[in-house]
Amino acid sequence: MSASSEPGQKLVLSRLVRKRDFYAGGLMILFGLIMALKGPTYNLGTLMHMGPGFLPTALGVILIGLGVAIAATAIPVPEGEDEDLLTAEPQWFAWACILASPLAFILFGAIGGLAPATWACVFVASLGDRSATWKGCFILATVITVFGVSLFHFVLQIPMPVFKWSGL
Amino acid sequence: MITTALTDLYHGFGVALEPHNLMWCFLGVLIGNMVGVLPGMGPLATISILLPLTFGIKPVGAILMLAGVMYGAQYGGAICSILLNLPCHPPHAVTCLDGYPMTKQGRGGVALGVTVFASFVGASWGITEMIFLSPILVKVALQFGPAEICSLMLLGLLAGSTLARGSPIKGVAMTVLGLMLGIVGSDIETGAERFTFGLTELDDGIELVALALGLFGIAEFMNSVNQQAEINTKYTNIRLRDMRPKKEDIKRSIFPMLRGTIVGSLCALIPGTGPTIASFVAYATEKKVSKTPELFGTGMIEGVVCPETSTHSSVQGDFIPTMSLGIPGDAVMALLLGALMIQGIVPGPQLISQHPDIFWGLVASFWIGNILLVLLNIPLIGLWVKLLTIPYRFLYPSAMFFVCIGVYAANNDFFQVGETLVIGFLGYILLRLGFHPAPILLGFVLGPRFEENFRRAMLISRGDILVFVERPISAVFIAMCVILIVGQLYFRLKPGKKKDTPGDRVEQPLAAE
Repeated sequence: MSASSEPGQKLVLSRLVRKRDFYAGGLMILFGLIMALKGPTYNLGTLMHMGPGFLPTALGVILIGLGVAIAATAIPVPEGEDEDLLTAEPQWFAWACILASPLAFILFGAIGGLAPATWACVFVASLGDRSATWKGCFILATVITVFGVSLFHFVLQIPMPVFKWSGL
Repeated sequence: MITTALTDLYHGFGVALEPHNLMWCFLGVLIGNMVGVLPGMGPLATISILLPLTFGIKPVGAILMLAGVMYGAQYGGAICSILLNLPCHPPHAVTCLDGYPMTKQGRGGVALGVTVFASFVGASWGITEMIFLSPILVKVALQFGPAEICSLMLLGLLAGSTLARGSPIKGVAMTVLGLMLGIVGSDIETGAERFTFGLTELDDGIELVALALGLFGIAEFMNSVNQQAEINTKYTNIRLRDMRPKKEDIKRSIFPMLRGTIVGSLCALIPGTGPTIASFVAYATEKKVSKTPELFGTGMIEGVVCPETSTHSSVQGDFIPTMSLGIPGDAVMALLLGALMIQGIVPGPQLISQHPDIFWGLVASFWIGNILLVLLNIPLIGLWVKLLTIPYRFLYPSAMFFVCIGVYAANNDFFQVGETLVIGFLGYILLRLGFHPAPILLGFVLGPRFEENFRRAMLISRGDILVFVERPISAVFIAMCVILIVGQLYFRLKPGKKKDTPGDRVEQPLAAE
């Protein structure tokens, strides 16, 4: 961080905010800070009798150091490189579908049982694909539900009812 | 020594040939082979999905099956990279370089045939190494006190995170994060709840299955959804008789096979250098040894055989530190070790003497599994090739279901599903920021044991941190750690020559494993 002059420093900063490694380091510093600040509240102890807070605090400090080092590697990288924070074509809808799929599983599993949970989980996830059609997703979800219920309920006997209604 | 090893191995065969164990082994290699072929599914995700389903079966059967998935996937991955030029699994990335040109010349079948045989040779050597080296290592390791165990773990963690793919410093950061995640939950000694943020479900710590499926399932699917290249099935019409190599092919493959075996088994002995590195080193060696290095990349059979042999030899060899020292070399090994721990088996040097049925049964099952794989791969090649055409849009939604039900089955608790979701989301952010999540698992599995031994070492030495360099064996490990770090720094800071390695070239299109 030893940029020579004022405008030079400003340039470095404006370049840094687009660098992937800058954020990578920042995230590590954040995690490290959480650990290093929360660690001491669990009683540090002494080196001989280490308390539960000792290792988390130590690891937190190490992680902060690593984070600074990672962020620092972004400084010499020239403009235009290592700036792909997002993929070339961000798949917001597909990402949302994938993240929503376990939520659907939890929700429908809690109120409806294994079969609705499976169906919803697969259906929601499959909507995310570029070439997905309503009909295709419907068929896929139904096939997987039949297969999944017979495998997990009847063969492996997972203790989750196939259908139930426990209200909302 | 050798005779005892052989008698133990004989008993191991007895264990592995019991009908139910044989069935688990067969199921494992079958699923592994299938997953290896499917573009977009990795052995890590598969093992994690299967893990909760093995809670009900005996430890021996469980570990035979999970290990079978792992080496079975190695066989399958070769098919994918040779016929489609898709390095679905990192260790097979170099196989594409010469495997796909061979396919284009209409010799894909030959490449596959030779690969199956080479894999078997490599694996056999790896297993032999395991039989004779593990007891020796155990003998040494049983003398270790907490200080030695600690520094050995440190070496294992450092090697695992810096020698793997990607930036070493990011790897170390991931390991530290993993250690941290391993700490979450009640402290073993004092019972203090750490980083649970008031959630009682986190008292027992983060679930291994949830962590693995979040990182290698959900995060991975987010990474590859709608990113799949069009699958070119022009060359995938392979029949059994295409696989028979000509005399010349056999003659050309014998020495690369032996060299690959040696490279692979050496790589297996260095902690942290998994099959991926072994295959890159093998390819580079083969190119150097060859009289016609300029022809590499145009469909040289040597360039297929050598890396494949070394991959398999190192995959089997990786089990040596995992089983005899309790120090996993990569994420897959960490997961297998975690599977053993869930079954209530304490990993470490005492494992072989306390649970000989597990260790020797596993070794024996490697032979059986590898023979099964040869039998599965040669006549059924047509079936595997058909699997290649399953589109990703069917694959990942089905896999999402397996992820959810797998995590749920671990504890019959929806909270774990949510936990997986959160970990998966964070994992994807880490992936996008250029981190490889594999070392997280390494740190996570070793974390609690590291803390325990560190505390014990400090207690014995009365709080003297210098104990790690004062005890000779421990000092050797610490010295190796220092050499590792200094070496990494040296190679990083030395300018130039970086773009030249095959690793960098093939690494780009790879999805993170």
